[in-house]
Amino acid sequence: MNHKPVGTGPRGPYIRPMTGWWKRDPFFVRYMARELTAFAVLAYAVVLLVGVVRLSQGEAAWNGWLMALRSPWSLLLHIVLLVSFAVHAKSWFEIMPKTMPILVVGGQRVAEATITRVGWAATLLASAALFALAWWGQS
Amino acid sequence: MKRSNAPIFWLLFGAGGMLAALLGTMLVFITGLAVPLGITLRPELMSYPRMLAFAQNPIAKLFLLAVIALFAWHAVHRILCSLHDIGIHKGLLAKSICYGGALVISLVAGTHLLMLG
Repeated sequence: MNHKPVGTGPRGPYIRPMTGWWKRDPFFVRYMARELTAFAVLAYAVVLLVGVVRLSQGEAAWNGWLMALRSPWSLLLHIVLLVSFAVHAKSWFEIMPKTMPILVVGGQRVAEATITRVGWAATLLASAALFALAWWGQS
Repeated sequence: MKRSNAPIFWLLFGAGGMLAALLGTMLVFITGLAVPLGITLRPELMSYPRMLAFAQNPIAKLFLLAVIALFAWHAVHRILCSLHDIGIHKGLLAKSICYGGALVISLVAGTHLLMLG
């Protein structure tokens, strides 16, 4: 099919510009902010990767990495990372019921809100368990 | 018909996203704030002998590799999808940079964890 679209002028059809589309609506702004947390996840993977590489290079290299973690820039970065990961955890379980197959328990469809809350509870439990392990590991 | 390779990237994206949602926030708090500042946890938790012993444990090695590699695969998959939103075509170049980056991160993490013995 190669017909002329309705409303086509002499200079071709009007195409709505898409630049900066996400600034048009607060919903889109929130979407883009959420997408930015992917960079936080990548940045933290790189921070840990550098740690593993420095660990394999010996004690002096490892202590250098620990010193770098104590610098104000690193602390600031990790505060941003902490907030980003929390946003990721929040939205991950908000989106999960929309992407997973419908869950039926006892003939009733499990509500989206229930799945989200179970996910958040799992995060709290896993975080508590991880902190407990770290606490136990330091003694 | 050529089989799609999309499910592999989706699986890595999903696993990384779940791991990040469950443990990421606390991991960042422990390694990036609590231990460096010595609040709630002692800095000795991440001393060289302790971390070396930790990374020499096969289960801990697997955990470290899973966190680093899956976080990387999850992140690059999302960044690749976001490129489309800002008008960059998800072509071969973009895919190579994103997935290639995650592959390099995974390989470097894996080899160095093995080198630790």
